[in-house]
Amino acid sequence: MTHSATALYDIPGPVTRRRHRLYGIAATVLILAALGWLLYLLFDTDQFTAAKWSPFTYKGIQELLLRGLGNTLKAFAYAAVLSLALGAVLAVGRLSEHRPVRWLSTLLVEFFRAMPVLVMIFFIFVALKVQPLPALVAGLTLYNGSVLAEVFRTGINSVERGQREAAYALGLRKTQVTTYVLAPQAVRAMMPTIISQLVVALKDTSLGFLITYEEFLHAGKLIASNLDYDLPFIPVVMVISPIYIGMCMLLSWFANWVGGRQRRNPKTEAVGVAPAEPGTLLPGRQEPRV
Amino acid sequence: MLRTRNIAALLAGLLLAALAAGCGREGSPPVKGPKAGQLPHYTVDTGFRLPGSKTWTQAKRRGYLVVGAKEDQPYLGEKDPATGVYSGFDIEIARMMAASLGFEPKTIRFRTIASANRETALQNGQIDYYVGTYTINDKRKKLVGFAGPYYMAGQSLLVRTDENDIHGPQDLAGRTVCSAAGSTPYQRIAADYPRAKLVAYDTYSICVDNLLTYQVDAVTTDDAILLGFAAKAPKEMKVVGKPFSEEPYGIGVPHADDALRFALDDALEANEKNGNWRKAFEATLGLSGVPAPTPPPIDRYPAN
Amino acid sequence: MYVLTDNFSLYGKGFLGTLELTVYSSILALLLGFVMASFRVAPVGSLRVIGTVWVAVLRNTPLTLLFFAVLLGLPRFGLVLPFKVFAVLALGCYTSAFICEALRSGINTVPTGQGEAARSLGLSFGQTLGNVVLPQAFRSVIPPVGSTLIALAKNSAIAGAFSVTELLGTYKPLNELGYSIIWSFVWIAVGYLIITLSISALFNLMEKRWGVAR
Repeated sequence: MTHSATALYDIPGPVTRRRHRLYGIAATVLILAALGWLLYLLFDTDQFTAAKWSPFTYKGIQELLLRGLGNTLKAFAYAAVLSLALGAVLAVGRLSEHRPVRWLSTLLVEFFRAMPVLVMIFFIFVALKVQPLPALVAGLTLYNGSVLAEVFRTGINSVERGQREAAYALGLRKTQVTTYVLAPQAVRAMMPTIISQLVVALKDTSLGFLITYEEFLHAGKLIASNLDYDLPFIPVVMVISPIYIGMCMLLSWFANWVGGRQRRNPKTEAVGVAPAEPGTLLPGRQEPRV
Repeated sequence: MLRTRNIAALLAGLLLAALAAGCGREGSPPVKGPKAGQLPHYTVDTGFRLPGSKTWTQAKRRGYLVVGAKEDQPYLGEKDPATGVYSGFDIEIARMMAASLGFEPKTIRFRTIASANRETALQNGQIDYYVGTYTINDKRKKLVGFAGPYYMAGQSLLVRTDENDIHGPQDLAGRTVCSAAGSTPYQRIAADYPRAKLVAYDTYSICVDNLLTYQVDAVTTDDAILLGFAAKAPKEMKVVGKPFSEEPYGIGVPHADDALRFALDDALEANEKNGNWRKAFEATLGLSGVPAPTPPPIDRYPAN
Repeated sequence: MYVLTDNFSLYGKGFLGTLELTVYSSILALLLGFVMASFRVAPVGSLRVIGTVWVAVLRNTPLTLLFFAVLLGLPRFGLVLPFKVFAVLALGCYTSAFICEALRSGINTVPTGQGEAARSLGLSFGQTLGNVVLPQAFRSVIPPVGSTLIALAKNSAIAGAFSVTELLGTYKPLNELGYSIIWSFVWIAVGYLIITLSISALFNLMEKRWGVAR
């Protein structure tokens, strides 16, 4: 991050630099003190006892965690593939020339985006009495599929008009124009946004924990709430959160990397700037990936 | 951007290290509380036939039984996280029943089914029967069948050992009580002792965790469940007061399968007579210090 | 259908719970997000590191994991607080990372020339920030902050699973009482729509008033 281009301050001179260094040291000391205090608390409350950590040295426990991780990734894989498919279908629906199709797709997209994803998952799980995995995947698919539909639609709409006109001038039909000319360019340009949305899907697989799907967090809870192991809650959190956060960070980083590559790629030139997505809730801006 | 990338790389490295460390000790970590005693041996009734039961015929064709259970209730229905082996009184009842139905108890495949999903699991045929602190009541009888009861539990209270003010539900006014969301014990406290502050989770193990971290003052549910937890950490928790309800535990079977239900009733009766029931109790729940009670009379309600 | 009229107080409690969670968490998220955003644009290296780590970690943490860690983890350090406070803490911290990013990109939309012009007029750092950059940044961050707060309201549903009274959790007692599960969910959905649409309307109004004309 270069900060020479900020509107806030000039490139600091020697005195300011010295002052900044002083602030920096003060902030570092404060942070180190906070970390030290945290460490003291951890030791003080006996979080590093052998009884709490030794369960992790057993093969069975490791396998339990890995099985949980596998289930998380399985749910993510299903949700990712199905969301992309649903997103494509709904985007085509919203771009359709038939008014009822367009209205129906718009209604679905807007509804599923406005509902909390957990409400949908619980509805499918409790009211429709579906098994945990399909319920989780269905909920994630409906929500992320709807958001992706908007991403695809924006992408296709933001391909330069000349491309579409040239394609029609060559005598291609609407389907051909979309599949051969518009979609490939749009998908390439929207790739970072699509991957970022998949990060949301990956994070939200942990909602499966709340409907007894035996995913990573569930495996952690099973170990953490075991009285035989002295309730190793903090150790469990210390083991599973770096893995969760690491996975999401890798995917986020991949999205950024694709984005960076794209800005240097001539193939995406014909697509206008990506972030211009009219949602119903707040017109004119993109849905934040929260 | 560079910094984010560094963090990501670091975390990826940690993840790989964690995966590479995937070579660990065999067996399971040491267990607290009284050790499980000699479990009774159940003789398999190899000649048993029950052609009238769809569940039984399907299981026979499959070669093994699928039984639903709980996984986080010490001495009742508990799954060893390391080995995946289930143990406890409910599990022994399930094994006892399997032997009487002509299945080798070792071949049972246990599946953890949360309280909220029990009826669905039985209706969808995901499990052949369910043994896991399943209270018989009329509302549930409309959805599933119940063999038994095989045990009479009662609602009670679990508190920390340093707690001296709670002796029964009447002392709960203004105190925080934890129970399973939507469960019968939860509703009873809400209706009969409205001045208690209720807190709810999906499982009792989280309630017990909250009790030990002083987030709640008491955990309430059936005494059988609470005794198991107390036996695991007797220095920290105790069960107080007399049970203030009657919770007959039954074996859940698919609603239409009366043949299986009656067969299980017979099997229970036989095992109560030949001493297996008592031995199973003493080897599991009895370890918490309670003497084996007289099993409740079996309720053979007519087919509907 | 009757499930709403029969259980109005139950729904009301759940609705107010969600509303309370949303309001308090929003305040916390906005405050923390503002602090972290100023860290991220600060000229001091170590502050920037704090801001960057805060955002990178929280943005990539599943919210369920954060709830799990905060609600069941913090009491272990002798911190005994109502569940609602913990929920606000988890939700507020999580959302602050997204608010921070929205604010930072808002600050970045202010052209460098504006700051340069302010400084050449002799304004101090505080004056530049307070009188020139922030008012302009404020206008362009209204929509993204609004969307983030809507997401916060939706995310508050997770708190219900951690024994906090809120809207989604009302389905459980209703289910036990034997009401139609479909209808109880319909009213839950309506409740969430009321909250999210109100936030949306509020921010639309703010944008009309102060937003950048484009």
